[in-house]
Order: sequence, then structure tokens, then C-alpha cells
Amino acid sequence: MNSTTGAYVLEAENLHVWYGEFHALRDVYLKVGRRKVTALIGPSGCGKTTLLRCFNRMNDLVPTARVEGRIQFNDEDLNADYVDPTDIRSRIGMVFQKPNPFPKSIYDNVAFGLRINGYTGDMDEAVERSLQRAALWDEVKDRLNKGAHTLSGGQQQRLCIARALAVEPEVILMDEPASALDPIATLAIEELIRELARDVTIVIVTHNMQQAARVSDETAFLMVDENRSGYVVEHGETNQMFTEPRDERTEAYITGRFS
Amino acid sequence: MVQGHAIFRRRKELRKALGSAVYVVFLAAVLVSVVGLLVLLVDIVTGGIPWLSLKLILNYPSRHPEQAGLWPALIGTLWLMGLTAAFSVPVGVGAAVYLEEYAPKNRLTALIEINISNLAGVPSVVYGLLGAALFVQWLALDRSVLAGALTMSLLILPIVILASRESIRAVPRTYREAAFALGATDWQVVKGVVLPAALPGILTGVILGMSRAIGEAAPMLVISGLLFVTFIPTNPMDKFTVLPLQIFNWVSRPQEDFQGLAAAGIVLLLVVLLSMNAVAVFIRNRYQVRSDE
Repeated sequence: MNSTTGAYVLEAENLHVWYGEFHALRDVYLKVGRRKVTALIGPSGCGKTTLLRCFNRMNDLVPTARVEGRIQFNDEDLNADYVDPTDIRSRIGMVFQKPNPFPKSIYDNVAFGLRINGYTGDMDEAVERSLQRAALWDEVKDRLNKGAHTLSGGQQQRLCIARALAVEPEVILMDEPASALDPIATLAIEELIRELARDVTIVIVTHNMQQAARVSDETAFLMVDENRSGYVVEHGETNQMFTEPRDERTEAYITGRFS
Repeated sequence: MVQGHAIFRRRKELRKALGSAVYVVFLAAVLVSVVGLLVLLVDIVTGGIPWLSLKLILNYPSRHPEQAGLWPALIGTLWLMGLTAAFSVPVGVGAAVYLEEYAPKNRLTALIEINISNLAGVPSVVYGLLGAALFVQWLALDRSVLAGALTMSLLILPIVILASRESIRAVPRTYREAAFALGATDWQVVKGVVLPAALPGILTGVILGMSRAIGEAAPMLVISGLLFVTFIPTNPMDKFTVLPLQIFNWVSRPQEDFQGLAAAGIVLLLVVLLSMNAVAVFIRNRYQVRSDE
């Protein structure tokens, strides 16, 4: 099986996460389809973000975190000892809940990832291409040297997406990317996600049912058990999940009977 | 309504009166310090102005007040400040980066943190004695400007470290996460994101430290002695004197004229201090502008 053509990019098997004594995520099996948008939904504290951060080894940065189980990234074991997390992170990008551009110029924000990864090509061209892909170029092309914090919240989030795209990742992980934005900026991000999914795999955590229904191909529903550990209840095609969920808990959640 | 009256004793008049009284107390606190500073400044400037001249700056010390200058002390101070900055900034910022970004959070680092804070409160003459033993004697640096600068560096390191740490800690975690998520190594995150964002605060700490160092007489008295220096240092191993010592020397003389010279020396010391700060503020503002405009 060729590593960039298999049906699944990421496959979590028997995945557990602990923060100190706290068992945050238990026994997760999840397959992320290539060039698909997979939405992770579920009530607060169900481990959606924890699961997302397993996929680019961001939990390594939390001293008390412990990850067990296997995550297959193409043909490699993501958690193997010989795998360098910085290498993984340059291939699996991330966009955060609150727009977090660096306090640098728009240009330098996009160029940052290229520079640290030793990009030797034409920097101007790569920055322009990334901003084009993030549908931000037309709005910022005349002020690339202005500070990123002069942009609106929605523009800042698209800048963060451009920054992630610049290093040409196979996967982009998005942690509630539109939760801090107004409805119009949210719509722009959602359109962008659909557009990007043509050549990038996207995993998105969201609290917003409608958003999950609008942008995702597949949805995984997570819940917390009586020990506050998160687990996957159901995973399937988004259409099927929202029209005829197999599990009654999924139905209860998506129809708003609990949150 | 009736019930409300029974439960609340609003006493609006009393609360308003208390508010005004507190305002006056705080205003008075500000005035006391500002007026005190102003009186001091006016006294020194009026005493010093008749003696401010090119001769004061360019002449060597002399027994005759009308010919006395502080050229060696001025150059000595510049040497001392330059070397002190060269030692204390990289070491201080490096220590702060290590403690904030690399060190595990355990008892040992907590102990180190407490000790650094305590060191900031140690009397400066103690540093002078330490420097005399460590640098002058043990490392055999003699009473050189290098020994002085190393001593001064020890003195201001806690200030630089504390301010730098505060500033590094204030850099939002989300910046670091964004950089890590792009595949940056620890050092790339520090160099590319943390230090640029923390630079204004680090410079503030450097200003504070250098301002402390430029005015210190006690530790330099121990290191260099109260020399009658008639030459300027040309390399780090030369003997030296500094402005506060020259001022101290003049103040302690009985003749009236030397008091004027001392005041003029203080004015000059303030000028050097303020121009040093101006440079740092200029650098700081340059970096701040780049992120928000």
C-alpha cells in the first residue's frame, strides 16, 4: 500500500490518555479518511481536544500526559521511539481555538514555518501561495508587512490556516477554529475547510452541530463516562449520523436533549 | 421597598465621604515622593550648573577646583557599563530562558527561584567584598575594570533575571503552541517567538539593572579603592575609577567649590543614565511598533 494513497491517513487503535492519575480518554478506535473532513463532536470534557492533540504529539508538551496505544500515520507508528515529534508536527498542522498569530508581520507569520523547516525555495512565492489557499491573499496583499494583530478575528484565523498550510502538511487538525468568530467569519472558515479538503485531510473539533453537519464527511461522537473518561460512542458518515444515528445517546446529543 | 430598607443600610453619604478621603490620601502619597524628588533635583542642578563646563568633562582630577574634571571617571563608568552589560545580559537572559522554558518544575528550581529573589536584596557592599575576594584576589584580576564589571554583573544579575523571567512568562502559551505545531524545536520556539515577544520586558530589566549599576559607589569602593586616577583605562585590565567615586571624593573635601563640582558631577551622571535609558527605550519601542501597526 502506497503511503499517500491508502484510504486512511490516521488510525487510532486502543488509544488511552492519562493526565497524571486522570484517565482522560479510554480505548479509542478511530480511522481518519484521506482527504476527508472528520468532525469530532461531543459534550464538554469528553476528550475531543485531547484526542486531536494525540494526532500531532502535542500532548508531549504536557509533562503529566501519558499516551498509550497505537496511532498509525500512513505506514508509521506515530508514537514510536524513533519518531521525531517535530517532524510529525511539520506534516500534521494545527489550527487553534482562538486565532493566535505571532506578534509579527503578516508575511513573517506565514514564512515562520517555512524558515524553521529550512525551506530553500522562493519565499515570496510560497507565502503568496499559502495566503491564496487560505482565501486571504486579496485582503492582505497590499499590507504584508503590517502586524498580524491589525487583522480582524476572522482574518487572523485564516492567517493561522495559511501559516499551517505553508509547510505543506498532509493533515490539518482544527480545534474549534470558528468558536471565537462571528457568523460571517465562521461561514468563511467553513467554506475554506470544504475547499481545502480537496487535497488536505482535516480533523475538526466542534461544539456546533450545524457546523459539523455542514463541513464534515464523517463524524465521531464522544462522550464521558461516570469516571469522566472520554470515549467514542459512534463514528460514521456525517449524513447517516445526523439522520439515523445508530446509538440513542448520539441521537439525544445531536437533537439537543443534552449538551 | 420597606423590606429593602430593613435589610440594607446603604449609608451613601458615608461611603462617598470615605471615597473622597482615600483619594486625598493617595494623592498626597504621590505628591510627597514627586515633590521630594523635585527639591532634590532643583538643589543639585542649581548647585551644579555654574560648574558644568567642557573642562569638567575633559579635565583630569586636580587639587584646584577650577581645573578639576572627571574625564577618567566618565570613561571608567562607560567601560564599566559596557563590560557589565556584555556579561550580565547574556547570562541573565540565558538563566531566565533556562528557568522558564527548560527547567523542570520541582523543588530544586523552586529553591533556585527563591534564592535569586533573595540575592536581589543583598546589600551592594557585600557584592563588593565578594568581588574583591573572588575576582581581585583569587582570579588575580587585580583592581581592574574587568574585576569591577564582573562584580557589578553579579550585583545586577538577579534584577535582569527576575525581569526577564516575568517577561518570558507573560508570553502567551498559545504562541509557543503555534510554533511547536509547525514543527519548531525548543530552541526555534525560544529564538523565533518567545524572545522577540519578551524583548520589551527584558530590556526594561536591563535598564533597571544598568541604572542600579551606574550609581553604585560602595562595591566599586571595595574593588578599585579611592584612587586618585590620572589616566583613563585603555583595556579591561587597567585600573579605573567611576563617576560615583569621583563625586564621593569631591563631596568629602572641605572646600566649598568641590561641593559645586560634586553637584555638577551628579548632573553629568544623570545625563549618562538618561541617555542610556533613552537608547533602551528606543530599541524597545521599535520592536513594539512592529507587532501592532
